[in-house]
Amino acid sequence: MSRWIRIVGAAFTGLTGAACLAILTMVAVILGDIALHGWPHLSWEFVSTAPSANLAEGGIFPAIFGTVALVLLMTVAVVPLGVAAAVYLHEYAPPGSRFVHVVRLALQNLAGVPSIVFGLFGLGLFVRFTGGGVDRLFFGGALTFGQPCILWAALTLAVLTLPTVVVATEEALRAVPRSYREAAYALGATRWQVVWHVVLPQSVGGMLTGAILAVSRGAGEVAPILFTGAAYYLPHLPSRLNDQFMELGYHVYVLTTQSPDVEATKPVLYSTVFVLLGVTFLLNLAAVLVRSGIRRRLRQT
Amino acid sequence: MPPAPDPALLLRKRPRPLERGIEFLIRSSAFVMVALLALVFVFVGKEALPLLTSPRVWEEVTLPSMVRPQEGGGFSWQPISAKPKYSLLPLLVGTAKVTTVALLIALPLAVGAALFTSEFAPQAAREVIKPAVELLAGIPSVVVGFFSLMVLATWLQDALGTTVRLNAVTAGIGLSLAVIPIVFTVAEDALSAVPQAFRDGSLALGANRWQTAWRVVLPAAFPGVFAACVLGAGRAVGETMIVLMASGNAATVSLDPTESFRSFSATIAAELGEAPHGSPHYHVLFFLGAFLFVITFLLNLAGQRYVRRLRRKLEGEAP
Repeated sequence: MSRWIRIVGAAFTGLTGAACLAILTMVAVILGDIALHGWPHLSWEFVSTAPSANLAEGGIFPAIFGTVALVLLMTVAVVPLGVAAAVYLHEYAPPGSRFVHVVRLALQNLAGVPSIVFGLFGLGLFVRFTGGGVDRLFFGGALTFGQPCILWAALTLAVLTLPTVVVATEEALRAVPRSYREAAYALGATRWQVVWHVVLPQSVGGMLTGAILAVSRGAGEVAPILFTGAAYYLPHLPSRLNDQFMELGYHVYVLTTQSPDVEATKPVLYSTVFVLLGVTFLLNLAAVLVRSGIRRRLRQT
Repeated sequence: MPPAPDPALLLRKRPRPLERGIEFLIRSSAFVMVALLALVFVFVGKEALPLLTSPRVWEEVTLPSMVRPQEGGGFSWQPISAKPKYSLLPLLVGTAKVTTVALLIALPLAVGAALFTSEFAPQAAREVIKPAVELLAGIPSVVVGFFSLMVLATWLQDALGTTVRLNAVTAGIGLSLAVIPIVFTVAEDALSAVPQAFRDGSLALGANRWQTAWRVVLPAAFPGVFAACVLGAGRAVGETMIVLMASGNAATVSLDPTESFRSFSATIAAELGEAPHGSPHYHVLFFLGAFLFVITFLLNLAGQRYVRRLRRKLEGEAP
């Protein structure tokens, strides 16, 4: 009997351990394959020149430029809004209020909306409704903002990454010791003075984490920008808010699925994936480092 | 423990006029969160509505015609043809097929790994597994799609000898990579939240570690583990790029996992670019989006409900 139990126990532990090992292997295989094939073709020229020969040769500079411009615009939109919402939830809202519960529920569900639905949403709200409205009001109906462009794609991604920013900022607000607030109140500060002069400066790290995580998520999302502004190939870099743009993730999609000669584009494709992964991982790493600093402080208080 | 009184209220310091404006903005920003979720539904629903209300759209497609067998008894999805056909069945079968494959792979792996991490793994192993899963979560889905299509599909075809490279097995394995991180994270959180006293009690009664894990910890954390599975299913149903790239995109009604298929999400991504604004096809694709939104919304709501139930169960307090 006891021998039987020991055998089942060993099998059980072994199986769960094997599941862990399988996941680790998957991660290693994917990253290894991409690093192995992506590294050789990588060069300064590759990241600094435009594609040529039907995307099979040349570099990916326009895609890198488009991605950076896109996530910068997105950050400008999402960080103030996300931080303000987190400040409300943690500093202003009466604890246990019904409204807070609803806001949290909305945020959790927003985080679970499929990214392709955000694409439809961006097309419907930003491109057609807002853009079309702006065109009718200010441009006499001429097609200016009522078309897919970098502004609408950035705003769509901003909605998608909003929960990330709110959650990260709130965690940082929690890490600010209560005594700091009480000391400020005791000195006669108003609630906003406490938030602005005491709480927010103490939680810059959390806001930074949120922004970095949002950028890393936004840089990798393709489905939301399919119909809101990403372009297959453009001879010019985007210079205005209503220009279309090339993007790294979309470029990977295009190279993978629409290339007439897959073998010829393979080196370019692998290196593009390598760059995309490199960018998102470096951003994630930065966020992890900043966040672990915050958590350490949270434990001390 | 009751929360300490809010010092700002105790001191009754009134906000200055400018501050009132700022506080109004902050309060509105919280309202914007709720409004955005509603807007997503409204604006996707708005473009889907003509399918139900517009006679012009009905000339080409109606909701009942999307579920009934077509002339000749077939079920096909051919929106761009002389006589467009919009049967939901191939897309439903495709989505169900790939979701099933992905969950069959992801759930045992992720829950097993979570159990190992919280119950058996030494601290050093834990510090490898958790960041590795975070790393996996950080891989953009377009990269997973690329990997499934370029590498995985070839390996699988060599190993299984299937006739088509891109099928529900290929896409399902790719999709499982996107599902594993969320299931693992939620399940591991739930298992770690089980109080140490439960384990101590079980071990003191003479149970060994695996009996404790299987008979005590897992049942105690069950609502959370179940929530993890539901949230994983929500992710799988909505995921787009992986399925778009690795499914082969053939809208067939076949339960065979080694055949190409097409999902709701991939159909929207592949066809909306070519569907003229305001055409019946355009409205049908938005209808698929609204449908997808509702399904994932319900799955997420259910998942969150079980997470709260777990918290109530373990902490014995209202959510």
